[in-house]
Amino acid sequence: MQDCEKTTPAVELRGVTQRFGDYTAVQGVNLVLTAGEFVAVVGPTGCGKSTLLNVIAGLRPPAAGEVRVFGRLLTGLNRRAGYLFQQDALLPWKTALENAALGLTFAGVPRAEAYERAAAWLAKVGLAGFGDRYPHQLSGGMRKRVALAQVLIMDPKILLMDEPFSALDVQTRQLMENELLRLWEEDQKSVLFVTHDLEEAIALADRVVVMSAGPASRPIGEFPVPLERPRDVTEVRLTEEFLGVHREIWSLLREEVMRAHGQV
Amino acid sequence: MARFKVRSLQFALLLTVLLGWELSVRLGWVDAFFFSRPSDIAARIYEWFVSGEVYRHLWITLLETVLAFLSGTLAGVALGLWLALSPTAAAVLDPFLKALNSVPRVILAPIFTLWFGLGIASKVALGFTLVFFVAFFNTYQGIREVSPVILANARMLGASGSQLLRHVYLPSATSWILSSLRTSVGFAVIGAVVGEYLGASAGLGYVISQAEGVFDTTSVFAGIVVLAVFVVLLDVAVNLVERRLLVWRPEPGQEGGTV
Ligand SMILES: Nc1ncnc2c1ncn2[C@@H]1O[C@H](COP(=O)(O)OP(=O)(O)O)[C@@H](O)[C@H]1O
Ligand SMILES: [Mg+2]
Repeated sequence: MQDCEKTTPAVELRGVTQRFGDYTAVQGVNLVLTAGEFVAVVGPTGCGKSTLLNVIAGLRPPAAGEVRVFGRLLTGLNRRAGYLFQQDALLPWKTALENAALGLTFAGVPRAEAYERAAAWLAKVGLAGFGDRYPHQLSGGMRKRVALAQVLIMDPKILLMDEPFSALDVQTRQLMENELLRLWEEDQKSVLFVTHDLEEAIALADRVVVMSAGPASRPIGEFPVPLERPRDVTEVRLTEEFLGVHREIWSLLREEVMRAHGQV
Repeated sequence: MARFKVRSLQFALLLTVLLGWELSVRLGWVDAFFFSRPSDIAARIYEWFVSGEVYRHLWITLLETVLAFLSGTLAGVALGLWLALSPTAAAVLDPFLKALNSVPRVILAPIFTLWFGLGIASKVALGFTLVFFVAFFNTYQGIREVSPVILANARMLGASGSQLLRHVYLPSATSWILSSLRTSVGFAVIGAVVGEYLGASAGLGYVISQAEGVFDTTSVFAGIVVLAVFVVLLDVAVNLVERRLLVWRPEPGQEGGTV
């Protein structure tokens, strides 16, 4: 069984199509996320990246095609996945600590233990001492950290991240990116990281998937990222290899971004 | 300092109006029979409180207000919850609720007196019909407006149906209900006083209506002043409750930073 989990992909999409009324957002998407792999998905805004993550999370079943999670056909919510949403998703009426402990609370973990573990996770994401703040008393970057702790405390095997750092300033962002890589290297989760920022995608991922502009978007290219690990996202950007990969992917992505703009 | 200035100006304004009123009557510009006099009104209020006869009426009005407020809020929240989570029921009941809510409540007062008698019950019923819809619409709205992302996030974290209700839907609705508290309490008072005014044997509305019956304008104004102070005090109490329960909400203008 253990072996099987290692070789079967964490997530596999086969011919996934999603529609909203008459509008086809994504069509015929095939995608594999190997166990322990960090894959970044890039594409112009509105191409259907969030739509894909929602399908993988099981929040909205696909109009056609199938999703397999560790080999099993997905029906209903994806219980193996943690999802870091693009928008703020913390409960505004709960403190940072209560928010971080939310999943444990739902799972029936005794309050004292849940809060203790939540406090430890808040410390891990650099928020020790902020446990009793409400979300509106935290900065955007701090709220993202709480959300990260909220998801990671559940120890999901699959991590879905939707432009998690796009609203942050450059410094905070690179700090969080490094933190994410550190946490990921600790226990090799399978990460699907969506972004519209190609540099971020290359700096973080093992593999970058490029989506075409919508409608009927689908992956049109996959690029391995042959950069050393462990990485520092700030330094890695200055290397020759980074620029090489960037040039290669950008030549493809550029067209799609232009196409997306042309259609507006 | 700015606060002190505002307070002083408010006090000056009040004093000017009262003095102007007093003088107009004393100089014979307006008739004391129709307008009474601030000094007489103050004396009448003082009399009421010294003799203690006003306490019984205050107590009755307060009791009616509180009962109407609690029963109306409870029923409104329950129905709001049910309809917000059950679209079919909402679709079926929608026109009936709108029709019921459009009935001017004063019209119901005589019927309630007929059904429930001259005592407290008929006033509570009148207040109930007002408070109920405020609580209902706010609960309904509060639950419908729960952010889909927050909901999806809670579900991804493993929330069951009842956990969603307890940790997501109800707190969200609570903030709506609480922000409508002031309206609800105001409506509860209106229900009580209008009910008393139209037929009762006690309460502030009854006092005012009795005084009007014998053209005792001094007592009418005295009753209005006592009623106004009564409502202001309730408002202060509501404010305290609201502040306590909504600690998690940002003060207006004090949003979290974006960095
Ligand atoms: N709930 C929805 N209803 C209708 N259209 C939607 C909905 N969600 C997304 N779309 C449309 O699907 C397309 C892809 O959206 P999305 O997945 O959010 O893009 P991305 O995350 O890549 O920016 C967009 O054109 C968007 O307008
Ligand atoms: Mg998106």
